[in-house]
Amino acid sequence: MDELITMTAADLSAAMAAGEVSAAEVTTAHLDRIAAVDDRVKAFLHVAGDDALAQAREVDARRKAGEPLGPLAGVPVAVKDLFTTVGMPTTCGSKILQGWRPPYESTITRRLRDAGAVLIGKTNMDEFAMGSSTENSGFGPSHNPWDLDKVPGGSSGGSSAAVAAYEAPLALGTDTGGSIRQPAAVCGVVGTKPTYGGSSRYGVVAFASSLDTPGPLGRTVLDAALLHEVMSGHDPMDSTSINAPVPPVVEAARHADVAGLRIGVVSEFSGDGYQPGVMTRFTEAVDLLEALGAKVTEISCPHFKYALPAYYLIAPSEASSNLARFDGMRYGLRAGTGSAEEVMALTRAAGFGAEVKRRIILGTYALSSGYYDAYYGKAQQVRTLIIRDFDAAFGQVDVLISPVTPTTAFPLGERVDDPMAMYLADLCTIPTDLAGNAAISVPCGLADEDGLPAGLQVMAPPLADDRLYRVAAAVEAALEQRWGHPLLAEAKGLAR
Amino acid sequence: MPITRDEVAHLARLSRLALSDEELDHLAPQLGQIIEAVAQVQEVAADGIPPTSHATGLTNVFREDEPAPCLTPEEALSGAPAVEMQRFKVPRILVEE
Repeated sequence: MDELITMTAADLSAAMAAGEVSAAEVTTAHLDRIAAVDDRVKAFLHVAGDDALAQAREVDARRKAGEPLGPLAGVPVAVKDLFTTVGMPTTCGSKILQGWRPPYESTITRRLRDAGAVLIGKTNMDEFAMGSSTENSGFGPSHNPWDLDKVPGGSSGGSSAAVAAYEAPLALGTDTGGSIRQPAAVCGVVGTKPTYGGSSRYGVVAFASSLDTPGPLGRTVLDAALLHEVMSGHDPMDSTSINAPVPPVVEAARHADVAGLRIGVVSEFSGDGYQPGVMTRFTEAVDLLEALGAKVTEISCPHFKYALPAYYLIAPSEASSNLARFDGMRYGLRAGTGSAEEVMALTRAAGFGAEVKRRIILGTYALSSGYYDAYYGKAQQVRTLIIRDFDAAFGQVDVLISPVTPTTAFPLGERVDDPMAMYLADLCTIPTDLAGNAAISVPCGLADEDGLPAGLQVMAPPLADDRLYRVAAAVEAALEQRWGHPLLAEAKGLAR
Repeated sequence: MPITRDEVAHLARLSRLALSDEELDHLAPQLGQIIEAVAQVQEVAADGIPPTSHATGLTNVFREDEPAPCLTPEEALSGAPAVEMQRFKVPRILVEE
């Protein structure tokens, strides 16, 4: 493998700053890698090609002119295909937006472009971010670089697969119920769901607006922190954006020290349905943190078991309203003939896939008069109780930890027509989304049964995102010392 | 079964989704299963608990009302399925009875 593609974003940045390699060479190496493996991984829906090279050459020119450049200048970033990008298509993994070229740029990709990052392409995803496997994409699934017959997780599965397959050192995702952390965990990479409102939703096609949170994926904790810092911060274009300083995530990622930190193990996230190999690696991570000087206790969060049902009322309700905009009138697909109303119904029937239809109908049901109080209203009260569980826990500990997802990557096709089984993949990640606080997924080893990656989830209070990186960096450093190499060095899926 | 096929058909009409008979046959039992599962929220004792619609607690967020450049008509219409005289061209809205 070309050395440039296995380097971290931090190392690439340093090498480019030192003049050892140009941004154009770095981008070319990654485009070559995509050309070599993406017919098997299928992480990308669009590869920027010449446009990416032009972005890279511009960075090289800016550097030559002596302009001050940030840490992501010249670093390729893969972008989940729900950030609007001028000059590139944006499909959300949906046939209803096939070929759409947005007329405006998302705040986050704008910030990345301004920082000199090279947007190398758009990654596959479950349609409108609804799913845990990318199998709900209207353009076919992505494949897990550890085992091509397994799912890469979802909905940001194209992003996690791209990073794990060395097609890009960094990627953008979004997390609504676990859509960054679960794919990161099953692909053996790092993924963060920032505090809700910490990263702008302007130009992020809406699924469930009170939950959607853009965040970074990378192969190391420091790399994820570098992207986290550049993409974050207040945005007047997003009225739910928090006007507060970005937590010092990069500094925390360089401060791998948990001595004296109070860590709570969520007692509800174990037992039936949890794969033994995932729990073994999790328990070892708990022991490791204790050995590193953390004070570990068990904490009960009694309402977390209602998070999944509450989520599957709240998220579809918001989606049923948000997706009303796809009506075949102003952009995207238009199908059929007849009255406007007939054309709308035919367009939406032709353009949306099965899971999106399920959720629109479920949301419409939960918001119907007569059912509203029993379903949507009750779910909103459960949301309050989950926030109170977190508040009580964070009164006693600095962070909470759990597995990221109950199992390792499952086989493609296994859960695609079994919605309840698919939904269980987000069991441990959903409470953080409902409460709006921050969480990270960091690799903690391979399950003995199948040799596939398992992730450790660290959860922190709102705007304490830096704590995630401190803990994750400590775990990463200690485990890599034990293994003698990064976990991804063991991935064999593309060696065949 | 908490939801019937007819109810699903009604919800599909409300949602402007022209579902086929096969889709209705397939979706109705799946939705029944999902609704049964999500109904667990009703077990929770939540009397007097205020609802949370979003987590930040922000209300009435304003910004300065300053004129700024916006999309040109060509940009705004660039993704339209049909355009006429710099406008979105849409099918008939009113149908003669």
